[in-house]
Amino acid sequence: MLVSPFLILFLVFGVFPLVFSFYLAFQTWEPTAGLSSMKFVGLGNFAFAITDEWFWKSLKNTAWLAFASGVPQHVIAIPLAYFIHTSFKRTRNSVIGAYFLPYITSTVAIAMMFGTLFSTDFGLINISLRALSQLPGLGWLISGEPIDWLNRAENVKPAVAIVVFWRYIGFNTVLYLAALQTIPKDIYEAATMDGARRLQQFFYITLPSLKPMIYFGVTLSVVGGLQLFEEPFILTGGRGGTDQAGMTTAMYMYRTAFEFNDFGAASALSWLLFVVVAVLTWLTNRAFKPRDGSQ
Amino acid sequence: MLKVRPPFRTSLRFLMAGLAGLTLVASASAQQTLTVAAYPAVDEIAKSAIPMWKKKHPDVEIKVISRAFADHHTAMTTALSTSSNLPDVMVVEYGFVARFAEGGGLEDLGAAPYNIKSQQAHFVPYAFRQGTTNAGTVVAVPADIGPGTLLYRDDLLKKAGVKESDLTQSWDSFVASGVKIKAATGAYLVAHARDVKDIVIRSDIKPGEGLYIDNKGKVLVDTPRFVRAFELAKKVREQKLDGKIGAWSNEWSEGFKRGTIATQLSGAWLAGHLNNWLAPNTKGLWRAAQLPEKAYGSWGGSFYTIPKVSKNKALAWEFIQMMTLNPEMQLSAFKSQDAFPALVDVHKDAFFDQPIEFLGGQKARLLWRDAANKITAVDVHKLDPIAEEIINTEMDKVLDQGKDIKTALADAKALLERRVAR
Repeated sequence: MLVSPFLILFLVFGVFPLVFSFYLAFQTWEPTAGLSSMKFVGLGNFAFAITDEWFWKSLKNTAWLAFASGVPQHVIAIPLAYFIHTSFKRTRNSVIGAYFLPYITSTVAIAMMFGTLFSTDFGLINISLRALSQLPGLGWLISGEPIDWLNRAENVKPAVAIVVFWRYIGFNTVLYLAALQTIPKDIYEAATMDGARRLQQFFYITLPSLKPMIYFGVTLSVVGGLQLFEEPFILTGGRGGTDQAGMTTAMYMYRTAFEFNDFGAASALSWLLFVVVAVLTWLTNRAFKPRDGSQ
Repeated sequence: MLKVRPPFRTSLRFLMAGLAGLTLVASASAQQTLTVAAYPAVDEIAKSAIPMWKKKHPDVEIKVISRAFADHHTAMTTALSTSSNLPDVMVVEYGFVARFAEGGGLEDLGAAPYNIKSQQAHFVPYAFRQGTTNAGTVVAVPADIGPGTLLYRDDLLKKAGVKESDLTQSWDSFVASGVKIKAATGAYLVAHARDVKDIVIRSDIKPGEGLYIDNKGKVLVDTPRFVRAFELAKKVREQKLDGKIGAWSNEWSEGFKRGTIATQLSGAWLAGHLNNWLAPNTKGLWRAAQLPEKAYGSWGGSFYTIPKVSKNKALAWEFIQMMTLNPEMQLSAFKSQDAFPALVDVHKDAFFDQPIEFLGGQKARLLWRDAANKITAVDVHKLDPIAEEIINTEMDKVLDQGKDIKTALADAKALLERRVAR
């Protein structure tokens, strides 16, 4: 009785959509004709999805974005967390807060703000780049020509990756900070006594102790990266940008259902994406999980 | 002052009486409410009709449910799929009429008791045709239409020594004028090369042909229409005449404000948007003309429909007639929201002869009225949204990566045929 509110909500919003989408994946359905218009097509939707050029294109886009936005998140968040942990005392909380702020801000607001920043002729990013190119010695590195961030196929992905990186770096930093606080101080003291420098301490004490948290953080990044939707959706006006260069699988799924009206294929796509996420999570597990006897 | 609490029983009785009264009121109003689902700015037009409605039906409330454009159509798709939460009157944009009609969830307005076909002569011919399915059932009544027009910056043309006839004579002269304008003023001819493609593929469509797919399911994307459209768009890009700016983006409105976009092919309603919020500072600098090479096309339009499960069909029909066949209503929507009337009866109104200040005093409504009568209806296919996406993606490849036009269109055809075969 007491858990029934949770159970009911879970059944309605958790179990039912799952079961329904699994059922739909084997049907063809004209949604505006009502529920009775479903027809069983066996594996037809899956066959269509697997041979669909755009599905593979979207999967490649997703992988690119997940990698380009995911790896820097951790490579930078760990040293950053270490730096904040060791160098800030009184202002520590406000510094963490500043880094964490993007994570709790509405994605739509962020994407719209970056849309303005990325504007070709009037955006702050291009204006700054132009100003930088005027500086002596930097002209050879930065051309100063306005970059069409969101309308050229080769620029869309980096632009989206920058936004995603900016958004989640703070979240990961907080994760690693929490883990850093659990490392006992006496290990460092002992190491200092033995003459280990700060850099050595980082590589031989901090990094190995952080491994469980790295596993956790990378898993979150893999799952989140593969389901990337809002940032590219808003930044590319819902279309995925020129030549669909920024169309992620989650976006393609959404468009297949609500724009192209093919709910069957969209459900099949979502289950294929689920398989990809599951496999990659398993691989992450293999790579990072502390094995027996190694610790 | 001393407050005396009424005894418990009395207060309970009051409460019960109050509750009973409330439910009475609620049930009374539930019977007498007509729900209308719409998107901006049709929702405003529907709301503005309430006073007129109240004169005839003081006891029937009109409840306008308004959602953003995309949300509205998503919500209506969901409502139709489950046959629940449907409004009594559903406004549908032109692009969604065929899709919604296919599901069979909308009332046939050609049959009794509606018999809309007897009123057919009152509507702009192509708009009425758009609300009719291939099978001949009329599922939607047109309320407003979007006759295509060419808006151009008169001041930029003068500076470049280009005449209006140079722009409209042919597509080639349109591009040639663009070169002159770019050289003299630095302004782009069009916001995006895609805009040119979009209108060229819509001109010269033969009867029975759809835009991308004909009524027998044959894919048409490698026909001369598409080849020409792609070639023209490529030419525009090669001469650097387009700003690579998508419609409704910040750059787009900024381009209008700063005068870096010399022309825009669009629905007549764009003049209203430019005047109201896109670029009010350019008042008097714009003019309207017919589309180049005597092309006539339409950009959107709103339709009224009745879902089959509606419980207030008679009232819904009455409301729809008021919105679409009442001259006073149609004119006031035109005046307040730039909704170009689908009702031919009001096309003779003096309002059409009035000069438009934003267009430098031009009597452009006469021009648009003329266009509205020359537009032919194009059959719509339920795969049109995906076909458009396929064509736009191949267009990107041609414009940005130099893909061969023949190969691009052949690829588009193969992709689309896969979908048709499903």
